[in-house]
Amino acid sequence: MATPASPASTIFRRPRQTSGWMSWITTVDHKKIGIMYGYSAFIFFILGGLEALILRLQLAGPDGTVLDAAEYNAMFTMHGTTMVFLFVMPVGAAFFNYLLPLMIGARDVAFPRMNALSFWIFIFGGIFLYSSFLFGTTGPPSGGNLPGGATDASWLGSTINGGWFMYQPNAGPRFSTGTVLDYGAIGLQILGLASLISAVNFIATILNMRAKGMKLLRMPVFIWMTLVVAFLLLFSLPIIAVALFMVTFDRQLGTLFFDTFQGGDAVLWQHLFWLFGHPEVYILILPAMGIVSETLPVFSRKPLFGYPAVVFAGAAIGFLGFGVWAHHMFSSGITPVAQAAFGLATMTIAVPTGIKIFNWLGTMWMGKIKFTTPMLFSLGFVALFVIGGLSGVTHSIVPADWQQTDTYYIVAHFHYVLFGGAIFGIFAGLYYWFPKLTGRMMSEKLGKLHFWLMFIGMNLTFGPMHWLGLQGMVRRTWKYPAEYNFGTWNMVVTVGAFIIASSILVFMLNWTKSKRRGVEAGMDPWDARTIEWSIPNPTPEWNFGVNPDVHSLDDWWHRKYDEDEDGRPVRRPDADSTIAQFHDQGVNPPAPIHLPTPSYFPFFAGASFLAVGYGVIYHTRGWGLPLLIFGVVLLLSSLIGWSLEPLEEEHEEVHA
Amino acid sequence: MSDVAHEEHVHESTGVETRKLAMWVFLSSEFMFFGALITNYLLFKGRVGYTAPYPAEIFDIPFTSVSSFVLLMSSLTMVLADHAIHRDDQRSTRTWLIATALLGMVFLAGQAYEFTTFVVDEGMKISTNPAASAFFTLTGFHGTHVLVGVIMLLTLVGISFRKGRLSTATGLNLENVALYWHFVDIIWIVIFTVVYLIK
Repeated sequence: MATPASPASTIFRRPRQTSGWMSWITTVDHKKIGIMYGYSAFIFFILGGLEALILRLQLAGPDGTVLDAAEYNAMFTMHGTTMVFLFVMPVGAAFFNYLLPLMIGARDVAFPRMNALSFWIFIFGGIFLYSSFLFGTTGPPSGGNLPGGATDASWLGSTINGGWFMYQPNAGPRFSTGTVLDYGAIGLQILGLASLISAVNFIATILNMRAKGMKLLRMPVFIWMTLVVAFLLLFSLPIIAVALFMVTFDRQLGTLFFDTFQGGDAVLWQHLFWLFGHPEVYILILPAMGIVSETLPVFSRKPLFGYPAVVFAGAAIGFLGFGVWAHHMFSSGITPVAQAAFGLATMTIAVPTGIKIFNWLGTMWMGKIKFTTPMLFSLGFVALFVIGGLSGVTHSIVPADWQQTDTYYIVAHFHYVLFGGAIFGIFAGLYYWFPKLTGRMMSEKLGKLHFWLMFIGMNLTFGPMHWLGLQGMVRRTWKYPAEYNFGTWNMVVTVGAFIIASSILVFMLNWTKSKRRGVEAGMDPWDARTIEWSIPNPTPEWNFGVNPDVHSLDDWWHRKYDEDEDGRPVRRPDADSTIAQFHDQGVNPPAPIHLPTPSYFPFFAGASFLAVGYGVIYHTRGWGLPLLIFGVVLLLSSLIGWSLEPLEEEHEEVHA
Repeated sequence: MSDVAHEEHVHESTGVETRKLAMWVFLSSEFMFFGALITNYLLFKGRVGYTAPYPAEIFDIPFTSVSSFVLLMSSLTMVLADHAIHRDDQRSTRTWLIATALLGMVFLAGQAYEFTTFVVDEGMKISTNPAASAFFTLTGFHGTHVLVGVIMLLTLVGISFRKGRLSTATGLNLENVALYWHFVDIIWIVIFTVVYLIK
């Protein structure tokens, strides 16, 4: 199918494999990269889920004996870090990668090799973090003992253990003597770099690569949310990068940023962390909001109610998201003025969120709703996100927040927005775009079973945490005595967690079965609205056979439907022939199409970060410094080799 | 640094060249990075009562003024290189690129000298007090940015010798390196003013 262009002079010949493992390592195709992001994020989802199940076994009854305190610390830290940085963020990147060019009518993202680089840095960053299980040491906790007077935790406890926010000075060199928090700080730094690169890439793509006629206010809401997320990443990641550098320097070079004994500042860490951390929660939720803004109109057979309002509300959430970070710190002793200001700002952010909720409800109002699996997940998203959002607003009332801080009420709140919100949205998207990936439909029967198991399990797991928290069960506690009477609800929570786990098994079964034997999707199986459905399923290698020409919002829908005088959709008589025509030109492009050529360099540049990471941690050992230098040299030479790859060879002709 | 996926239908929705747009976007992120580092220093510089000396006590303003001037001049030579390539004058492009890289290296040598005197003669190490930690971290990261810039400039010079000419079509192109270089200079003006000059 692909014929090589004439080889130009270069250091290496560019790779040409179109199948086999080499084609995946060298690929710059946004679709393949998206799929790799998706599968690897899902593996981390399983790991993070297993960690949660271990936590729940420990807490199922009073005085749990499954874990010791050090192991519990490690498990909840890894669970949180995995779910945030290694599952929800990369799975968002998976959706962005796969869909962004398809939804704006582009051949690929603006910088295909940089896109591959983001992916490889993410993968090696994740491997680096998880390698702390093997290589990390904890040392004895300060003021505490490990069982049997051991100097190091068990392997299960020997991984990052300072909480996902690594509060200082607890995570500093004085109180955490082992290497595990070096793995944490450097691992997150590597992962942050991956996200920063993709943010630059996505912004350039959205602003500059839109198809003819795809004005900003004709873009699907999902693309708008991608844009907002990319800007949030762009402005918040450098802050956490600085903060993580400071921790790393404290631990490796003896700087005193967070050493409160010698003039360091523990609250500064909280400010820097949450200046990143609060935008981060919108980074996690906005992709899901984008997904349901696509699915709800399709399955209600109505346009999105108040499209500009939804877009502007999303942008407003992005702006306000930078002004509310201190509501995570009401109990840290910030001044009353700051508390009042951040409390007010936090209430304000509920306004654009409320606008979105009402627009989604307005979309469904009087619609002809089809209760397909993606629609069920979208409805689940709206319902559960409202619960989580409302409990979130209660945190803006400062005195109430003092009571709730560090209790299970907080755990309940953020799981309603992140599990009930983000993860339900993600599953809605997976079911909705599965035909785009594979050309087949997922089983509705298994899908609905998955939904109901997950919906019930989710509420059993996180609902009772509200009242456990208000009764005073503190967060991050590794056991509780029987006389507190927390046992019953904790058992319910644990049962709920295993119901969620079973629902994930159903999903995996559905996915693998449907991928091979699902019903053929054909063109446009959902009768959808946006232009990614105007091309055949699965997506051809070249995306669009003919560059799209966009005339309106929901362009694909308006090619199929007119409106009668009451505004009801009427299928145009030529709709079927339009679909057939788009199918033909998608399968047989009338003109040759150029695609970006694969490259080795992103993989090597990504891999160099492993060497850099271990080199920094072990720089005092004989082999550490050489490894660090090797990593830097590998990175630099990859980047230079990359920049010398001639662009003329970049494009490979594909003849259909 | 970049490769653009479209070619026969090169149209940029915003009218700005895509690689340049991406560089602007990236630099906006860098402003947050240095903003956080500078804020750090401002926070810690007033914290006295720990181990002396503090950075503000031992700054050598005349020396740093000279090295700041050197870095500012490198922006001028960078502009001249940019100007030359637009006239397709390959010889002067190369000359001005080399000049820019040399000025950058002089600045780095000055910083190395400054750090050495601070550590060896004055006894202010990165671990002496938080203000010193913040100072070395901020200026160290700036120096690293200059170093990356010098490497990119030298790579351009290398390409120009190997191929005989620089084209704007290569991934690493002069305009983007120039944008980056000017950014690094502007940040230094802020650092020099806020950290060194304002008491």
